[in-house]
Amino acid sequence: MGVSIEVSGLNAWYGSNHTLRDIQLHIPANHATALIGPSGCGKSTFVRCLNRMHETNPVGRVTGTVKIGQVDIYRDISPVEIRRRVGMVFQRPNPFPTMSIYDNVASGLRLNGYRNRKVLDEVVARSLHQAALWDEVKDELKKKSGASLSGGQQQRLCIARALAVDPEVMLMDEPASALDPVSTSKIEDLIFQLKSQYTIVIVTHNMQQAARVAENTGFFLNGRLVEFDSTHKIFTNPRDKRTEDYITGRFG
Amino acid sequence: MAIASQPGHLPARARTSTGARRILVNHLATAAAVGSTIIVVAPLVAIFAYLVYKGASSLNLAFFTQIPKPVGEAGGGMANSIIGSGVLLAIASAIGVPMGIASGIYVAEFGRGTRLSNMVRFTADVLNGVPSIVMGIAIYSLIVLPQKHFSALAGGVALGIMMIPTITRTTEEMLLMVPRSVREAALGLGVPNWRSVLSITLRTASPGVITGCMLAFARVAGETAPLLFTALGNQYWSTSINEPIAALPLQIFVYAISPYEEWHRLAWGAALVLIALIVLSVGLVRYVAGRGVLKGAS
Repeated sequence: MGVSIEVSGLNAWYGSNHTLRDIQLHIPANHATALIGPSGCGKSTFVRCLNRMHETNPVGRVTGTVKIGQVDIYRDISPVEIRRRVGMVFQRPNPFPTMSIYDNVASGLRLNGYRNRKVLDEVVARSLHQAALWDEVKDELKKKSGASLSGGQQQRLCIARALAVDPEVMLMDEPASALDPVSTSKIEDLIFQLKSQYTIVIVTHNMQQAARVAENTGFFLNGRLVEFDSTHKIFTNPRDKRTEDYITGRFG
Repeated sequence: MAIASQPGHLPARARTSTGARRILVNHLATAAAVGSTIIVVAPLVAIFAYLVYKGASSLNLAFFTQIPKPVGEAGGGMANSIIGSGVLLAIASAIGVPMGIASGIYVAEFGRGTRLSNMVRFTADVLNGVPSIVMGIAIYSLIVLPQKHFSALAGGVALGIMMIPTITRTTEEMLLMVPRSVREAALGLGVPNWRSVLSITLRTASPGVITGCMLAFARVAGETAPLLFTALGNQYWSTSINEPIAALPLQIFVYAISPYEEWHRLAWGAALVLIALIVLSVGLVRYVAGRGVLKGAS
């Protein structure tokens, strides 16, 4: 089951560059939440703070509090452990190139020490079904490299890989921006189904996409969260002038 | 200006490089590339052909099964040198491959940007430039003198240390070529960093790392100078690592500078066998390493 996310007083830096300023946000459980905003506004940095990936950058620094469920992820838990509970899908599909489709999906469990083949078989099948990829790859699970799939299939493989470790939250950083419209709509369908079981946070440049998949939307600008509300409200009647300018295409 | 940017109204410069001239330039560039390739490959082919021409006639069963005969007696073989080279290279690889890969991993991953890692990289480059005879003398004073005898162990250590810098540097470069997105994928799954480095980054880089090991192996397989002071050479059977041991390059050296026609002939044969064995072992490693590669893997 998904859990809610409570962010307060979150600041982030890249070196001396203050990229996130004092973010305050409640992301409800089992909903899809979209984050929009122009390039460089901090929305990617924001999701990378939710699974402590930001700090893997040598010059990345974070202050503030992020609570996922009951857990304060910067104080109560190791970064490795939180990343098992908060899965991430990246902008460019990044399957492990030397691994088969099967091994890619099983990698999260295997690399954390699970060896039981029966369990792994089940998890791989379940995850590939969830990611709507099973039918396309089931005959060549162990023969084909993950890198041999098409871009859209690779991205669904990455989603399956993230689902296999059974996270509570799924972070998606522009998961469809490198894909064609058909693959994009498959990913969107997937998000729609997954949100009954997971809390989903999706960064997107595509405002129609935000409108299609997300109940709530947040608008970022220059490192600040300008507005956060129901997607319907953001797109029809935003409170802030800057949000309105952005969604009507007057800048950005 | 507006007119110039429309199709059909290209500026003069753009028009000249179309048609016949473009095709000509294309052919010239291709010819230059093919020509360079031939110039590079030709010496290799020439050397190999000459070796076969001079050496093939002395290869017979005795060459592979007998040890050298005393001067004046016809026949004899290189069996002890072939086995000796095998023993030396096994010791060298047992030292050079793990240490080279481990230090490459340290330089590229765990110690990236630290002073120690920069020092290791610098040391590896310097070590790479040390003349091989100096390596022989160094091991002579470190192992041969204290033990008071030449040995296969000393020879293997000398060759092993020579392998380290090449392997360290290629391992480092191959690891750094693994894209950040692949590392992030592993970290994003909650895999600890050390595990991600060993199971994901190193595995992704492994074809290049293996190439580096094979390069180092092939290089030291033909080394003579460091063995002169360490393994010494041996005209008799020995597989003990505490005794002086025969090696193909040493045997080639001794036979080639001798005044005897028969020995010259054997030296040519030994050189051919040495190259064949190097090619064979590199090919074997490539075959074994390549068996697990999947369809469409990049």
